[in-house]
Amino acid sequence: MDETLAEFFRRTILKIPMTEMMTILKTWNFLSENQLQTVNFRQRKESIVQDLVLLCEENRASLNDAAHLDIICDDIDLFDMEQFKSSFKKILQRALKNVTVSFRDAEENSVWIRIAWGTQYKKPNQYKPAYVVYYSQTPYAFTSSSRLKSNLPLLGQALTVASKHHQIVKMDLRSRYLDSLKAIVFKQYNQSFETHNCTTSLQEGSLGLNINMDSRIIHENKVEKERVQRVTQEIFGDYPQPRLEFAQYKLETKFKSDLNGGILAEREEPLRCLVKFSSPHLLEALKSLAPAGIADAPLSPLLTCIPNKGKNYFKIRDK
Amino acid sequence: MSALRPLDKLPGLNTATILLVGTEDALLQQLADSMLKADCTSELKVHLARSLPLPCSVNRPRIDLIVFVVNLHSKLSLQSVEESLCHLDAAFFLGKVAFLATGAGRDSHCSIHRNTVVKLAHTYRSPLLFCDLEIEDFRAAMAQRLVRLLQICAGHVPGVSALNLLSLMRGSENPSLEDL
Repeated sequence: MDETLAEFFRRTILKIPMTEMMTILKTWNFLSENQLQTVNFRQRKESIVQDLVLLCEENRASLNDAAHLDIICDDIDLFDMEQFKSSFKKILQRALKNVTVSFRDAEENSVWIRIAWGTQYKKPNQYKPAYVVYYSQTPYAFTSSSRLKSNLPLLGQALTVASKHHQIVKMDLRSRYLDSLKAIVFKQYNQSFETHNCTTSLQEGSLGLNINMDSRIIHENKVEKERVQRVTQEIFGDYPQPRLEFAQYKLETKFKSDLNGGILAEREEPLRCLVKFSSPHLLEALKSLAPAGIADAPLSPLLTCIPNKGKNYFKIRDK
Repeated sequence: MSALRPLDKLPGLNTATILLVGTEDALLQQLADSMLKADCTSELKVHLARSLPLPCSVNRPRIDLIVFVVNLHSKLSLQSVEESLCHLDAAFFLGKVAFLATGAGRDSHCSIHRNTVVKLAHTYRSPLLFCDLEIEDFRAAMAQRLVRLLQICAGHVPGVSALNLLSLMRGSENPSLEDL
């Protein structure tokens, strides 16, 4: 077997954690039971790997077999859930004596973590726990808003270290609906969930009105209406929007006015202003603004970029 | 863009056409549906437009009554109506124009003061009607009323013309010129 191929085997097998070694080798099914029995799995990892590579050479392993092994390694979840949980719990308990941490495994390789925070002198408050959902296959975790904001850095640190990442970044994305947050963050929102008849005319597609239009009603601005529908559909798509309740814009921009003069127009410093949009279903409401005639189409990109950017809290400054 | 003139076309047989102008399409659509459900001996046609001037159209029938719908919750709707009024032939204001203000019931949502629309209607010497179009019963009642106005403006009611109607309506609802 040539040098580079042997090296490739060595490195691939070295990457496999010992806990998964037997499972992966059996799934690969390249080395026979007898051959595996000849390897002493109690020695140091480097020696085990060396023995396995020699066996591969004996079997005249080809590049295809190596590629096959590589695929299997990627396929099997090499993330060690138990290790994550124990590491996470240890970090919190070392920092804060009074804390209760519990776990529940859920679907899609996720783990729900319940944390009851205490302080140095007080027992953990079981009535106001914080919840975290961590999806191990992704670099994302979702937390419920904890009343004790001071514990957030510690929580962040515990998550980072236990999941073997380097740093944690807080996203400016908040909602009460976990599924919507997941849809935005995992970019799964732009899939239609229902079969859609693509030949539906634009009029029937709008807001549920005009389904059986009376021929005695005539829309004078049909062309404009269709343009608005088309632009709205291009921006928002046909699919149901993820559910958010707020969009908040913190403005720190200079005051601009059409009126000449005025006290505010002469200010050099930026004017601090907060604009907050709230709705039971913000994105659907924004989608319906132009077709309802309340706003012009296309809408401001500050509003339409929310799912794309994964943000609903913005800070805007003059450039 | 053609200017709308009240008498430049021949009327259709027993047909009355109303034009509703307003920015909020959903409200106009609902009002149109309510009007068509109302009792009426004439054949009704309802045209909906966002603003004036209207796009060019040879097939448009003669417009007998124009109602400008202003949503008191939206400054944009008032602004759009004000801009549209400039594109209307003066002859329309002899009884063939009315203003309809909606949203007065929810005072906390109103960004336009009631007096603003009152002044607007007075400036154009046309009647002003108030109705919360979102409430079905009120809308149905207003629709019935508009149908009656429309029939008079189309000349389907013997003995009453649009101009008569104007002076009749002014007495009961709108303050006279001296009061404002």
